[in-house]
Amino acid sequence: MTDMPVGERQQLAPPSDDTGILGWVRKNLFSSWGNGLTTIVLIVAMVWILSGFLEWALFTANFTASTGSECRGGGACWALIREKFRYIFFGSFPYEQHWRPLFAVISMLAMLVLSADRRMWNWRLLVIWSVGSFITFLLMFGQLHIPLSLMLFVALAGGTIGLAMRSAVADPTERSAYYALIVIGLIGLALRIFGVLPSWSLAIAPLSYVETSLWGGLPVTLILATYGLLFAFPYGILLALGRRSNLPLVKGLCVGFIELIRGVPLISLLIMASVMLPLFLPSGTTIDKFLRAQVAVILFAGAYIAEVIRGGLQSLPKGQFEAADAMGLNYPQKTLLIILPQALRVVIPPLINTFIGFFKDTSLVLIIGIFDFLNTANQALVDPNWAGFPGEVYLFAAFVYFIFCYSMSRYSKYLEVELNKGTRR
Amino acid sequence: MAATAARDLSSLSSVIQLKGVNKWFGQFHVLTDINLDVKEGEKIVICGPSGSGKSTLIRCINRLEEHQQGDIVVHGVTLSNDVKNIEAIRREVGMVFQSFNLFPHLTILENLTLAPIWVKKMPKKDAEEIAMGLLKRVRIPEQALKYPGQLSGGQQQRVAIARALCMRPKIMLFDEPTSALDPEMVKEVLDVMIELAREGMTMICVTHEMGFARAVADRVIFMDRGEIVEQNEPEEFFANPRNERTKLFLGQILHH
Repeated sequence: MTDMPVGERQQLAPPSDDTGILGWVRKNLFSSWGNGLTTIVLIVAMVWILSGFLEWALFTANFTASTGSECRGGGACWALIREKFRYIFFGSFPYEQHWRPLFAVISMLAMLVLSADRRMWNWRLLVIWSVGSFITFLLMFGQLHIPLSLMLFVALAGGTIGLAMRSAVADPTERSAYYALIVIGLIGLALRIFGVLPSWSLAIAPLSYVETSLWGGLPVTLILATYGLLFAFPYGILLALGRRSNLPLVKGLCVGFIELIRGVPLISLLIMASVMLPLFLPSGTTIDKFLRAQVAVILFAGAYIAEVIRGGLQSLPKGQFEAADAMGLNYPQKTLLIILPQALRVVIPPLINTFIGFFKDTSLVLIIGIFDFLNTANQALVDPNWAGFPGEVYLFAAFVYFIFCYSMSRYSKYLEVELNKGTRR
Repeated sequence: MAATAARDLSSLSSVIQLKGVNKWFGQFHVLTDINLDVKEGEKIVICGPSGSGKSTLIRCINRLEEHQQGDIVVHGVTLSNDVKNIEAIRREVGMVFQSFNLFPHLTILENLTLAPIWVKKMPKKDAEEIAMGLLKRVRIPEQALKYPGQLSGGQQQRVAIARALCMRPKIMLFDEPTSALDPEMVKEVLDVMIELAREGMTMICVTHEMGFARAVADRVIFMDRGEIVEQNEPEEFFANPRNERTKLFLGQILHH
């Protein structure tokens, strides 16, 4: 029709009935008789269900009753939550010290929120987690005793890892700092082993000591889930890499471990950790029950994470491995610089899915008598004065779990977009 | 493109020697008694029908594939299972793949500087300087901060060439570098390769670009069913193929 070049043709606005709210409603909700009918039926159903729920949860609910019997007969008894929320959140932690688990929870949340930001994914992450963990556990325990040998070991490990990771980019000062750490760690540990250095630990004791059996509620759930995942993640990566190893023994061990752990329920692992493990240990040695549960949880999560990550490793084209090989990168370089960054990106949705499932699975520790959030909620029902309102308590617990799980789900979405920003066309 | 005059290469030293190399994929004999001697600065084009073992041959040179019999000597180093040996050879040998194999999660510049920084322990600044120089040479310095997915196929392949050159290799292997490209992008990649050839790089190219072979090759090798069937300087190779299989193959790729 016109001889004008394509680029110079006038751009026309789309037809007006396609735009605006009315346009959208007509196009998407009432485009045909069938569509319109479905819309109306669903809206009526939603209003009906929601009004019933609101009637119970809000309009006839009791927020102020002082005993359970006052609550009966009406709607939801939120007065129960009002009465019991401190126990539900903090369990048997000494009542007047509840500010400690509160700030421990805040410290952990701050740690999680800060490390969600991609700009922090460097040395800052290490600082955030060291400081955050120190604060969290100092608040929870009240007193920390850090043995000299642990400090020496950290120096050795820090120096070794620093040297390995940054050998290419570190300047001479930084490099000599790593060497100094390694030397201090090695010599110190040797002296400690031969008994030249005494057994000594740095005591930081600003608060009264609270043992783990008194811990309960949200901090317990958060600690089990956060540190469970924190350790299970690198461990799962190692298992996944091991499963793809060319060395038959490494591969066999990893496959065996993954299949064994995946094949048993978490509950049986927890019971083994809490009941059977102490039988095998030499008498006199005790490992804290909480720590045993934490280790069981890490082993369990690690096996699942390994399988998710293996999926990511297998999705990479062979050419990526070959290109890295052809450039002369060695195995650790190839894995850390080329393979894992890509494999992990691919598996973000299933990985977060595993994390969410696992966050909820921590509630199974109630089997071995650890008072996580769901267990303290459950215990709140035991009070004879307030018997008979399980719905309210579990709904409240569900609401708190939902906040955490939904945040993870949203974060997964954000991360997917964020990490693929540059790589999409 | 004018044909290069035949050069006397016998006085030059060998950089790659293959002696009696045999390889099997399971029961399939993919390379049969391969003997090949590549002189310094020599450009070799390998052609042949698909499945003839030409890619496998060059992939054996940097140990992406393992040969089962015979010796491969690259720059005086005999390939063995010793990882140090393999890494030493890979530092000297650059490779360009049919499917580019750029790292999609790294920018173009990071793709180029990765190996110099981590394998050669070169300071980041120096590596970036070299990388930018090479990107200019392949005529896409303005793409340095983009990601591979944002570039066209031809641009990606030129980046892949620059990435291989960043390690300052003595030998370059090209595995069908233009086969995955849209027709209009083949030339920009071949131009870069021709330039590289003129600068004296030792090159082994698996390709069916016969124009390229005529322009730069010192020797064209025809492979079929895992054997080197015929080799000659390009003029002679195209004008008077001696073997029946060569004639058949050339007939198929040149006349239509």
